[in-house]
Amino acid sequence: MKYETVIGLEVHAQLLTESKLFCACSTKFGSGPNTQVCPVCLGLPGVLPVLNGKSVEFAVKMALAVNCSVNAKSVFARKNYFYPDLPKGYQISQYTEPLAERGYLDIDTNGGKRIGITRIHMEEDAGKLLHGEGPEDSGSSFVDLNRAGVPLIEIVSEPDMRSADEAQAYLKSLRDIIVYLEICSGNMEEGSFRCDANVSIRPVGAEKLGTKAELKNMNSFKFVKEAIEYEVERQIDVVESGGKVVQETRLFDSAKGITASMRSKEEAHDYRYFPDPDLLPLVVSDDLIEGQRKTLPELPEAKRTRFIKDYSIPAYDAGVLTASRDLANYYEEVVKATNEPKVSSNWVMGELLRLLKEDARDVRDCAVTPASIAGLIEMIKNGGISGKMAKEVFEAMYKTGKTPQEIVKSTGMAQISNEDELSRIIDDVITRNPDNFARYKAGRVQLFGFFVGETMKATKGQANPQVINKLLKEKLDK
Amino acid sequence: MDLNSLTIHALSEKLSKKEVSSVEATKAYLERIGAVDDKIKAFLIVTADEALKQAEEADKRRAQNNNITPLTGVPISVKDIFCTKGIRTTCASKILAGFVPPYDSTVVARLKDAGAVILGKNNMDEFAMGSSTENSAFQKTANPWALDRVPGGSSGGSAASVAALECAASVGTDTGGSIRQPAALCGVVGFKPTYGRVSRFGMIAFASSLDQAGPFTRDTIDSAIMLKAMAGFDPRDSTSIDAPVPDYLSEIEKGVAGLKIGIPKEYFIEGMDAEVEASVREALKILEKEGAVLVPVSLPHTEYAVAVYYLVATAEASSNLARFDGVKYGLRVNESGNLLDMYKKTRDSGFGGEVKRRIMLGTYSLSAGYYDAYYKKASEVRTLIKNDFETAFKACDIIATPTTPTPAFRFGEKVADPLTMYLSDIFTISCNLAGIPGVSIPCGFTKENLPIGLQILGRPLDETTVLRAARAYERAAGCTLQAPAL
Repeated sequence: MKYETVIGLEVHAQLLTESKLFCACSTKFGSGPNTQVCPVCLGLPGVLPVLNGKSVEFAVKMALAVNCSVNAKSVFARKNYFYPDLPKGYQISQYTEPLAERGYLDIDTNGGKRIGITRIHMEEDAGKLLHGEGPEDSGSSFVDLNRAGVPLIEIVSEPDMRSADEAQAYLKSLRDIIVYLEICSGNMEEGSFRCDANVSIRPVGAEKLGTKAELKNMNSFKFVKEAIEYEVERQIDVVESGGKVVQETRLFDSAKGITASMRSKEEAHDYRYFPDPDLLPLVVSDDLIEGQRKTLPELPEAKRTRFIKDYSIPAYDAGVLTASRDLANYYEEVVKATNEPKVSSNWVMGELLRLLKEDARDVRDCAVTPASIAGLIEMIKNGGISGKMAKEVFEAMYKTGKTPQEIVKSTGMAQISNEDELSRIIDDVITRNPDNFARYKAGRVQLFGFFVGETMKATKGQANPQVINKLLKEKLDK
Repeated sequence: MDLNSLTIHALSEKLSKKEVSSVEATKAYLERIGAVDDKIKAFLIVTADEALKQAEEADKRRAQNNNITPLTGVPISVKDIFCTKGIRTTCASKILAGFVPPYDSTVVARLKDAGAVILGKNNMDEFAMGSSTENSAFQKTANPWALDRVPGGSSGGSAASVAALECAASVGTDTGGSIRQPAALCGVVGFKPTYGRVSRFGMIAFASSLDQAGPFTRDTIDSAIMLKAMAGFDPRDSTSIDAPVPDYLSEIEKGVAGLKIGIPKEYFIEGMDAEVEASVREALKILEKEGAVLVPVSLPHTEYAVAVYYLVATAEASSNLARFDGVKYGLRVNESGNLLDMYKKTRDSGFGGEVKRRIMLGTYSLSAGYYDAYYKKASEVRTLIKNDFETAFKACDIIATPTTPTPAFRFGEKVADPLTMYLSDIFTISCNLAGIPGVSIPCGFTKENLPIGLQILGRPLDETTVLRAARAYERAAGCTLQAPAL
């Protein structure tokens, strides 16, 4: 039997606000344990939450970017469960009345597809447990509450994806958008962008959804794909061998590449959600929504399309160049100065990204300005340097932050294009190699390359190859 | 007259005339506590050193004429539900034994700012759950009028401390009557403001949508003074109301001429104590004589109030009390080193019977499959109860009722039967569900010399009219301070 895979994703994104969702503590990552805490996020008796307005703006921004309608009124609810990383014994989240609903996101696998977004809601993050890492007692667990109360948005998709590839494409696209909006770092390894997947299978053509498993613990795009692919195979095996898929939560084990049961439906928590009486309903005004709409940047998809159309560059180039807002802006500045979109793309996408990648640096911290790259491209175009030299010049630019003009000047790397000068050098080369000259004249035309090489050697590689070719042809063939 | 039997306004006058110092008044109260609290047991902790220091500061403030309020130098106490910076705060629970908050609740901070001297923390029902203060994990507080009877609850220690002249005033909290009921049973004035009028920050939560702090005082003028100091918007409490706080004192003597007083028929029920009913009806006659117009009103959903309350309040409590898990502070019982076991043993030995009962009730009413029938339905009926009051307040300015169906009962009388205990709040609960202000003022005694309370309820944020009517009665009835013989 043929099966169809059905996937829905729940994505948690940490918002890049300065302070936590319900108190003034810092959200900075990587500080010493329990150094960014206060009575509110520690859940001390009698304290009360006060909503961080910035987090609402960020969440609204995301809602608009994925075409959701923002609810005029939404309600914070308590999700009740006991765990040591949850200081109040409940997480403040949103449940029946979320911030935003009914959005979508277009992905471009298999000629394009629209993935529905059910809802976006706001909630607070929990703390972290450290097991057996204490200075004295390796058998104990320790609680770090720096992360407790950091603002999150949860983005829940419709079960619209039909393959691991589609799920990965959706997730990547969602990450691109959230990073473009500058409201989340999008870092999956650090956990600031996390994904759970609801996966089920059904016979092709069936309408009814199969029983789903919820997959957790996939902290890279690669793992998301691997986990879903494994899970689909597993579910097909279960069904094919006469079994039934059970509703459960499964953890992905990246070392083994498998998913394993964590808890079944029967063991699932009853979270006893109810409206949090400590917080008023969240009212989002039209002014706030329209204000956020105005600040929305051009989103990755729109930018890619525009690059392909306006700059006539390949889709691949457009994809790479729009991966971040900074890179896209950088590229556009180079193009503005050179009016050479493809050549500019080759330099930015090729040389620049290669060097940045080697150093694991961001384009934002790059010493080479767009104007410098444009200057380099200009020098190549007017014969100031050869393409080969240009690469060396570029590396020097990258290392020193100097302009190509400065580097060419200081290293004497300028290309010799002066015909009189080159003519004298070529005459000299011919005089020094009378035998080869004679053999060339006798028909050994392959020796043309020998004379090019000798001329280059004589100029320490700085001769303009086109001029050499032209002059040599004149002199050898006359 | 002894210093410790003065009202706030009388003491304040003496302080401003330099007839007496705050240190002298504070010492007088500390002596009184030393003399009678063995019998009353109104205090869980007496902070004599801190109080004397605060008194010295207050005297300095008065000497320098620096930011003086009527409370500057006045010794008061607070219920042990309010977090006090550097002072043990237990909520009368073993689970918080030894907990010392690093912050003051807003109420305490504002009273300190006004210059009040804090003598100590009052006993209460554990986590404010109860109507007799018998649910304290630490001690039973006696009713100063009859030592074999309860002071009411949950703010029983606060009410008893004011009645026993151990402080000039106290601060309690009222979730379903926990200020008004003990005030009635102890013969003092107890005021519950509009929900949101006084910040809940730093007040240990029982039922967040109902909890409200308010004062216990010897008369209504003191009530106005305390309320003025406590009330007002607090950016740290999202549910606190951003509305100006009127000068309650400037209106308080205006009388009730022309005021319409609604008398809800649902509050004069069969089975209520005859002496209580007689006293309250007598009080209404006095108000009528003062020029008020009595109008019959109806609050038709009153019969559901107790049920709604015990669904909503317990649901919120079950969640509010989840933080007491042995992980971060307070009690931890960890014998096996196993997390689940630690949770269970800590909460089992840390919470008393009534608290556990309410956590279970609340957990049940929020559970999957029961939420709609219990919590959600109760929330809907709560709206109907609120609407009842809105409708009634179209026909009247205030509503007057008895505070409690009976006077103070004996220790142990209702402990075995929680439902009977719950019914002692039958007249006070609706006010919390509707979020409106209410006061209980003394309106006489039974033949056995047990105090009786008159309850006056008002429109949201209209504490002014409630106080005005209460004051009119107090003045007309010639109520002077009645102190029990101890």
